[in-house]
Parts: sequence; structure tokens; C-alpha cells
Amino acid sequence: MELNELSIKLASFETEGANFESFLISNEGEQDVLQVIVEGNDELPIFVTQTEEQLVCISYLFNENEVKPELLNELNEALLKLNVPIPLSAFAKIDEQYAIFGALAVSSSIDEITHELVTLADNAIEALDAVTVYLKD
Amino acid sequence: MSILKKLFTAVRGGAREVGESIVDANGIRIFEQEIADAKNALAKAKKSLTEVMAKEMQTKRKLAALDESIAEHEEYAGQALQQGNEALAVEIAEKIGEFETEKEEHQQVLDGFTKHVILLKQQVKDAEKSIKENQRQLTMVKTTESVQKATMAVNSTLNTNESSMVNARQSLERIKQRQLDRQDQLAAAKELEAAATGADLKAKMAEAGIGTTQKSNDILDRIKAKQAK
Repeated sequence: MELNELSIKLASFETEGANFESFLISNEGEQDVLQVIVEGNDELPIFVTQTEEQLVCISYLFNENEVKPELLNELNEALLKLNVPIPLSAFAKIDEQYAIFGALAVSSSIDEITHELVTLADNAIEALDAVTVYLKD
Repeated sequence: MSILKKLFTAVRGGAREVGESIVDANGIRIFEQEIADAKNALAKAKKSLTEVMAKEMQTKRKLAALDESIAEHEEYAGQALQQGNEALAVEIAEKIGEFETEKEEHQQVLDGFTKHVILLKQQVKDAEKSIKENQRQLTMVKTTESVQKATMAVNSTLNTNESSMVNARQSLERIKQRQLDRQDQLAAAKELEAAATGADLKAKMAEAGIGTTQKSNDILDRIKAKQAK
């Protein structure tokens, strides 16, 4: 599914009690990104990128400079350990930004994509809530 | 070196734009060309495999036909001997000899085909494996590159926006506040609904013991009283 097609479908889709808002960040032939907001989660938008094989959904959580320096290693280890138990999503770091993401096959249906988005949004909030102890006040 | 190893090295070296540092656009094109070439080779190998397999089958059929002819002529030779016709039997035996020579030749050809089939099958397998491996590595490079570019796009959008990346703590507080607000709204909506349907009044009356139906205990008491009379 193309990102603009996904955007149109999301606008009228409702699943697991959630609506979606999305808009396309055009990048002049480079790499389009669809910004998706799952209802009630405006602060942690999900950025959807399409490659030939996958749809990558990323939500940025916090910057490395927000972490208490003395707890950085402990946090990294905790995130690695939590990668498997957390449903559908995994933690990642993109440049200095910690993120949570999920990847889907490009052939995924709208149901699968929305399930991923809703789950990712929930995971993002929970993850952020859980890691605040590691963050500077 | 595998792509993953290269990526690791780049990350350890502190490369910021990991994707671009590994394989430039030209590198990706070369990679894709290699995969395309391997696919072509695979298609050719598969085609010759089917051809050789077809020839193998034809030769097997010829061999079976020869076996049949030999058995048939052995039968004829037997019959000629029974009739005491030695000369005819010898002639038939010579024919059998010809069949057998032919059979040997075909057998050699068949062995050649069989070996060729095994070889081609291995080639097809190798080519398929190498294509899959190349594609996996290419996916890794492309994903790294895409995410890199996407991040750049996201960053430039967010930086020009008023809502540029706020800190995580603030985000979380806002989300929680909104969740609370929504719970409050829901509770308020329920209260309104209860009032509108009269459920509220009924509940108050029940609390005061007004308008309630008789409880089973009361009924039981009544029955007991009757029996006592």
C-alpha cells in the first residue's frame, strides 16, 4: 500500500476503539514519511516509512541527553532485555534519539497496519512511563 | 564483509549517517545489477535443467523399448530353435546383439544426462541461495538508508514546527492529563445519562427503601407466619 493511499484509508478507519489522523511529509522524491497520530496520543506521533519490502513504523521517545548520565548503561540494558517481551514493537536508537518501532511486510492489510499502529502507540506510552525513572527531572 | 558487520563498524566509528556511509546510491545499483544477473543465470540454468531432464526421460523410454525388443527376440529365437531352424535362430541372435550394443550406447548417454541433471540442480540451488542472501543484505542497506532519510525529513518538519521535539517527561504528563480528562468526561457522561433515564432517582429510592419490590426474606417471613397459625 502506498503511503498516500494508507493516509486516505486511515482517515475513515476505526479499530480497537481508536481513530487515526495522518499527514504526509513529502520529501521530493527522496523518502516520503507518513505522520500518524493514534487518537489520544498526540505527543508521540508514529512515523511510517515505506521501503521495497517493509513498512517501518517509528515513534520517537526521548533524546539521549534527557537520560541521567549515570543510569545510561542500565537503561540500555533494560531496553535490550525488554525487546522480546514487548508485543510487536522493539526499541531502537536513531542517531541520538531513542525510539520504539515495528516493521510490517509491504503486503500487509489495513487491519494489520492499524493493529500495529494502535499497539505501537500503546507501547510507546507505556514505555515512556516506565523509563521516566531514568530521565532527568 | 557482510553488510551487518559493515553497519556495526560504522556505528562503532560514530558515523552519523550510517546508511550513506556504507553504500552510496551507485553501490546499491551495482548490488541490484548483481542480483538481476544472478536471476538471469538462474533462469537459464532452470531452462537447461528442464531440457536435460526431458532428454533423460526420452533416453529412459528408448532403453525400456530396447529391453522389450530384446525379450521379444529371445522368445523368437527360442521358437526357431524348437522348430530346429538353427540358421534363423542365429540370425535372430545377431539382431539381439545389435539391440544390446544400441542399449549400451544409450545407457552411456543416460548416465551423462543423469550426472548433468545433478550438477544443474546444484547450480540452481546455489544461485537461489546467493540471490536470497544478496537480497537480504540489500534490504538491510536500503532500510538503513530509508530510515536515515525519513529521520532527516521528520527532523526538518519538527524543527520548523512550533511543536518541535519537546522533552519526553512533558509529553508523558500531557498524555496522562488527557487520559484523566477523558476518564472524567466519561464519568460525567455516565452521570448525565443515569439522571436522564431515571436510574439515579431509582437508586436513591432504593436506598431509602421506597418503591422496591419485596425481598425474598420478607416473603419467606410471611410464609413462616402463615404456617405458624
